[in-house]
Formats: sequence, C-alpha cells, structure tokens
Amino acid sequence: MRTVTEWVARHPVFAFALAFAVFPFVVPYKALAAQVLIFGLLAMGFNLLYGYTGLLSFGHAAYYGLGAYGTGLVLAKTKLGSLWLGVLAGPLLAMVGGAVIGFFCLRRRGIYFAMLTLAFAQLLYFVAFHLADLTGGDDGLRGIPQLPFQLLGWSIPLESTLAFYYFAYVLVVLAVAALKRILDSPFGTVLQAIRENPDRAAACGYDVNRIKHLSFVFSATFAGLAGGLDALRLAVVPVESLYWTTSGQVVIMTLLGGAGTFFGPFVGAGTYLVLEDRLSVFTESWPLVIGLIFMAFVLFLPKGIWGTLVGRLPIGRI
Amino acid sequence: MDLAAVLPQVFTGLVLGMIFVLLAIGLSLIFGLMTVVNFAHGSLYMLGAYFTVFLLAYTKSFWVALVVAPILVGGLGFAIERLLIRRLYGRGPDDPLLLTFGLSLVLIETAKLIWGKIGLTLDPPRALAGAVDLGFMAFPLYRLFVIAVTIVVLIGLWAFVNRTNVGLIIRAGSRDPLMVRALGVDLNRIWLLVFGVGCGLAGLAGALAGPMRGAYADMGVTMIIESFVVVVVGGMGSLLGAVVAGIMMGQVVGLTTFFAPKLAEIMVFVVMAVVLLIRPSGIFGEAGLAE
Repeated sequence: MRTVTEWVARHPVFAFALAFAVFPFVVPYKALAAQVLIFGLLAMGFNLLYGYTGLLSFGHAAYYGLGAYGTGLVLAKTKLGSLWLGVLAGPLLAMVGGAVIGFFCLRRRGIYFAMLTLAFAQLLYFVAFHLADLTGGDDGLRGIPQLPFQLLGWSIPLESTLAFYYFAYVLVVLAVAALKRILDSPFGTVLQAIRENPDRAAACGYDVNRIKHLSFVFSATFAGLAGGLDALRLAVVPVESLYWTTSGQVVIMTLLGGAGTFFGPFVGAGTYLVLEDRLSVFTESWPLVIGLIFMAFVLFLPKGIWGTLVGRLPIGRI
Repeated sequence: MDLAAVLPQVFTGLVLGMIFVLLAIGLSLIFGLMTVVNFAHGSLYMLGAYFTVFLLAYTKSFWVALVVAPILVGGLGFAIERLLIRRLYGRGPDDPLLLTFGLSLVLIETAKLIWGKIGLTLDPPRALAGAVDLGFMAFPLYRLFVIAVTIVVLIGLWAFVNRTNVGLIIRAGSRDPLMVRALGVDLNRIWLLVFGVGCGLAGLAGALAGPMRGAYADMGVTMIIESFVVVVVGGMGSLLGAVVAGIMMGQVVGLTTFFAPKLAEIMVFVVMAVVLLIRPSGIFGEAGLAE
C-alpha cells in the first residue's frame, strides 16, 4: 500500500493516465466517462487559479464557453474541415479572453476579484445570447460536424463513445502533464508563494500581478480546451455554457474533490457528475442535494475528498 | 431626441435603481462590517417577493405583507449568520462567499419545490393601482410609491448609522473591529444585527419588486450579479457609493433599454469596466479595503 501511494505521489501523470485508461469500464455507462474527463480538465484549470494561486474565480464559464465557441465556430462556420484547427481554436480563444478579462479583474484583489470574474462571464453570456447570427443565440451553436481523427495518413472516426473518449483522453493527459510541468517549475513555486503570502512574494522581488495574470491565462487556456472538447462531444454549444451556473458547477466540483490538490478536480468532477446522474433519477431537485452537500463540505471538510484522504497519508501532497 | 419619450424611461430606470440601491446597500453594509460577501442576497430578494405573495394571499393586505415579508427575510438572515456564517469567522474571506453560494442554490431549489418552477404574479394594491399625471407625463402610481419607500428607508438607515449609539459601534467596527472589542463591545451581536438588517433590506427590495416583476425562483440571480457590479462601481463598504452607483446603473439600464434594447444587459458591465480602468477602487471606495 505504502509503495503504491509513494509511486502515485512520484508519478502523478502516469498514475492519472493509468486510472483514466480503464475509467470508461468502471463508470455506470461510457458516456459519463468522457464528461468526467472534460469537466475534470475544466476544474483542473480552475484549480490552478484558485487552489494553487489563491484567486477565487466565479467566472470560469467564460473560458469554457469561449473554448466551446472557438472550436464550434471553426468547425461549423468555416470551410477548413480540420479537426486539429478546431481543437486548437478553442483554447486559443479562451487564452485571449483570459488575457483581456484577467487584466481587468486583477485590478482588484480578494473578494472583488471573484465578483469581477463573475460579472465578465455574465457579460460574455449576454453577448453570445444577442449575437444570434454568429452563435445561434438561445438555440445554441448547431451544425458542428463530427470529423474523423487524422494523423500521418491515419483516419479514425470519432463517432463512437469510446473512440471519442480516448481521443479526449490523449489531449487531457497532455494537459495534465503540462500542468505538472507548470507546477514543478520555478514559476509554479512562485504561484504557491503568492497564494500563501502575496506581500512577501512581492518583497522577494516577484512581479506578483504579472505572475497572477500568467496563471489566469494558463487557467483560462485549460478551461478553453475543456470547452472545445465538450463542443465536440455534444456537437452543439448551448449558450448556457457561458452562464454563471457553469462557473458555479466548476467551483463545486473543485471544492468537493479538494482545491490545491493535483487529483482533486477530477475526483470532484467524478463525484459531482455521478451524484447528478444518480440523483436526477429520483428527484428534479438534485441541485438542492448537491447544494447541501457543498455547504457541508465548506463548513466541515474544506480540504475536499481527495485533500482529506491524502492528508491522512504520510507522503505529503499529491 | 424626443424628451417626452425619454422621460418615462428615466423614471423607470430610477425605480430599478432604487431596487439596486436597496440590494447593494445591504451587501455593502454587511461587507463593510464583516468582510463577508453574501452571495445568497439575491435569493433572499427572491424570498422577499415570494413571502409577499404568500402573505398577501393569507392576510389579504398588501401593507401587512410589505412589512412582514422583509421582517421574515431579516429573521432568516439572523439564522444564517448565527448558524452558518459565524462558524467561518477566522477563515479566509472566500469561505463565506462559497458557503452563501451553496446556500443560494439551496434556497432557489427550495423555492422551486414549494412554489413551482413557473413564476407567480402579484398585483399592486388597489390604492396604488393606476397612473398619476405628473404634468409632463403619466406614471404608474405604484412605481412612485417604490421610489418614496426607498427614500424613506435610506433616510432611516442613514439616521441609524450616523445618529445612534449602535450606528456608532457599526462605524467603529468597520474601521477597527479589534479595537472595538478591546473596548468591551460584544461585536458578535452587532454582526448578527447588521447581517439581519442587510438581509431584511434584500427582502424589502423583493417585496417592492414583486408587483412590478412578479415572483420566480431565478429572479435573484441576475439581480445579485448586477448588485455586485453596483457595489464594485460604488466602492465596497461605502453606503453613499451604493446609492449613487445604484441610481446610476438604474439609469444605464433604463436608457439603453430605450435606445438599444439589445445592449441593456451588456452596458452595465461596460460601465463597470470603464470605472475600473479609471478608478479601480470604485467611485467612493477606499483603496485597500479588505483586499
């Protein structure tokens, strides 16, 4: 047991890749697996900003939505017909959006920051809602083709649930590896220093605001990739992608799993989506149950499921 | 530009501004003293409207409902502070925000469970039905009543904060809670009071908005976000800022609804972005408060 946990702690990316390689065969049905993977990625992006940099964003719907529209628009409205360009456009648009919105939001700290991120996400929602010619407005962006995956002369159709899952899986594992790289770099260490004590980090000579801005942009880019993948999964971008409920969902997932832990966001996304799936069979008021559970976590288990479990092990943070 | 066509819009904006002011001033009052951002404020506004509908059906008197509904919401505010928020003192400022966010979900879903997903309508009382001729235009009497009530409440609140001993403690507690404690004041009771009063104001806003906008479970969601914007623009913790920014945002919405309806929801955020660029701490805000 001890050697297993030590191995997981030392090679979190491999552990992640292994766990999610068999994941579709563990969950109740396979469609849920891709959803957990994608929302886990979104929560992971949020976690970089909240868990590691200490900035609570209530507007990650913005970057998820920008990613979804970026990918969706390139595939549905242009004649490029390239899956790769579509997949690339999502995170790229989210990155630009994160750079601009981050600039405004980071003019204020603390609690104002949360309110500003929420306000800007809501702004984008209304913009997408009214730009119906481009985004489809209330009906959502439709007509996203399901292109096959093409690389070096290979062509694999992604229409089946499993094929799409493993396509998303490869990209998410790459994103997880990138996050690991970011966290292990000196930059990642400074992020955590800023979370613990921004004034001291500034006193050490770091340009705190610029580093926060970079963290914001990285976080938005991960969220954008999640949005782009979700656009492919659903073959439609509902305008609600940008609505505040999406932001709230990400916050709940991350805190359920454990903010500031490496696997927490994925654990949280899985918990949330399985709960939603099981509860919605019994009652329409499943958000009520999730809301109560979330409140209990904030009050009594602020480290989340994974954070609490790992806190009991003698191996340190995962 | 036809002035006769614009003026009603200015008045409609003023009424909306009054609702913003009532919500923002409660948020700001709570924040100024406790550095707690109450995300559930919008849900309490929603409950204010539902309680009014319920009480109106029960007592047949709008006036009783208008008085009792805010008191009920304020009482709920007492319970929220005593049972939930108080457990989080000493933790970071994000935790109360997260907790009240969860609470707002719970309240919205509970409202859907009790009153259904379809909204309820609410008529203004017969004494306030119809329109009044202002000389240059006719305006619904009920809306003038909303403006009058808000002004009376604001004057009362101003007197309470600036002219009473409890108000003195509130102002001192906003500046330096530790010092106030050292002087032997039980701040816990003051926090309870302020949280309850702030929530009561949200309930009043909901009760007043009910006859204009009806009552539905999600009515608080857009209002809380716009109230956040009002508070950011006015300067967090500043009551004067909440009033000025609330009226200003009411006009922004009212006038853009007239000139460019599609931009009405967007303009609020554009104004916020401009204010942030010019004065990051808001119109009346002090830089560095609870950052």
